[in-house]
Amino acid sequence: MYSEKVIEHFRNPRNVGTITDADGVGEVGNPVCGDMMTFFIKVKDGIITDVKFKTFGCGAAIAVSSIISEMVMGLTVDDALQMSSKAVVEALGGLPPNKVHCSTLGQVALARAINDYKKRNGLPHEVIPEPEDVEEG
Amino acid sequence: MNSIYLDHSATTPVDSEVLAKMMPYFSEIFGNASSNHSQGQKSTEAVEEARNYVAELINASPAEIYFTSGGTEADNMAVRGVFLKLCDEKNHIITSAIEHHAVLHTYGDLEKHFGAQVTYIPVDKNGRVNPDDVANAITDKTALVSVMMANNEVGTIQPIEEIGRICHEKGVYFHTDAVQAVGKIPVDVKTQGVDLLSISAHKLYGPKGTGAIYIKRGTKFQPITTGGSHERGIRPGTYNTSGIVGLGWAAKLAKDRLSWHMEHTGKLRDELQRRITELIPEVLINGDQDHRLPQILNVSIKYCEGESMLLFLDMDGNIQASSGSACTSKSLAASHVLLAMCLSHEIINGSIRFSFGKDNTQEHVDKVIEILPDIVKRLRAMSAIGPDKR
Repeated sequence: MYSEKVIEHFRNPRNVGTITDADGVGEVGNPVCGDMMTFFIKVKDGIITDVKFKTFGCGAAIAVSSIISEMVMGLTVDDALQMSSKAVVEALGGLPPNKVHCSTLGQVALARAINDYKKRNGLPHEVIPEPEDVEEG
Repeated sequence: MNSIYLDHSATTPVDSEVLAKMMPYFSEIFGNASSNHSQGQKSTEAVEEARNYVAELINASPAEIYFTSGGTEADNMAVRGVFLKLCDEKNHIITSAIEHHAVLHTYGDLEKHFGAQVTYIPVDKNGRVNPDDVANAITDKTALVSVMMANNEVGTIQPIEEIGRICHEKGVYFHTDAVQAVGKIPVDVKTQGVDLLSISAHKLYGPKGTGAIYIKRGTKFQPITTGGSHERGIRPGTYNTSGIVGLGWAAKLAKDRLSWHMEHTGKLRDELQRRITELIPEVLINGDQDHRLPQILNVSIKYCEGESMLLFLDMDGNIQASSGSACTSKSLAASHVLLAMCLSHEIINGSIRFSFGKDNTQEHVDKVIEILPDIVKRLRAMSAIGPDKR
């Protein structure tokens, strides 16, 4: 079902953990839908210098969190905001159709972390709605 | 690493004796059982012998057994066959909230297109139906009560005798989907007061694509398949002789070793349950532990998600099991059975079902225990929910 890349990130996820003095924290999903991700970032001079994540979810959710943490490390916050869920899926070598929504979740969690950082620093920021796939009901 | 298959409620491997019995009926004795010549007659004999075995397993008469393509077709026949016969005067059906989709989706179709009124009886937190709820729901428009004998996800066994008695007293037909129960616990259509019952071969070490329905003599019934006079017109279609032979022999073996199978799988299940609850903190056992199939263990492991646990079990231990987690279903919907039991989504999404079979051993249990605690530790350490999330 899963590509080799997904399995690799699932088995050996990069950057698992928390950052207690994080500059931005973003959360998405909830235990109801079965996937929940939290991203923690450290930012210096507008560049993401550290990323950690915690995820409750399936293999795809864990792999997505892991690869996103790798992809944005060292990027400017604005470049990181440009990262698309499509790019995440490609980086993982594809996801089964019913797991593609995990890539959207990951992208939203990270975007929320970045916007949290911006808000804390008085920068223009946005509120990102919960992706449709994961609404309760 | 040999496979440790713990998903017998999904399907079972065909028993080697069953396969051996089936083999001649592909290319040597292949006649159409409806043909009059000697080739056909040999097939007929084999079909009738199989019918006897199936009947014996559930204490029915052979004339009350009709072969189908599986449990889903048997469920469709039971529900549609009775409803369509009676619906001019009685269009009400009573069922439970935890039936298999083969039954539930059939009701949905009858509600939408045939004017059926369906009452879904809730279950308690252990997944058990209260017979009083069934009795209270029966009206003079009730055509059928359908409650599964034992649930496939949590193993809860329903109070079938009581429901059967209530239905008999009130003059309502009673169907039970016994797909998970036949061959695993004693089934007796007479003492249990059942009018219709569904059987699936591949749940009892027989081949996929074959099943049977028991219809008590005298039951008002309309066939849902038309096309010939096979099975007295109840279920036309050329006999799947090899499949039927397989089901028959599987039924015979199931009857012979019923006690042994119950004890063997029950012992392994209980051992796995004991050790999981000993070694892994914050776990819950789902289902009615006093009325439960001996081979099923449904456990929820807090702060971990089902699919990720299953992936690790499969990759690291070649262990196959299943889960009620939303992520494991193609539709991304959490198990309707666990939802009906009012379990929280967190608990549902952290559930694993282990279902044992005749070939499982103590070593298999040992292997699960060897790797599951560490899997849980790993997943809990990275989990976004739970005491260590921040």
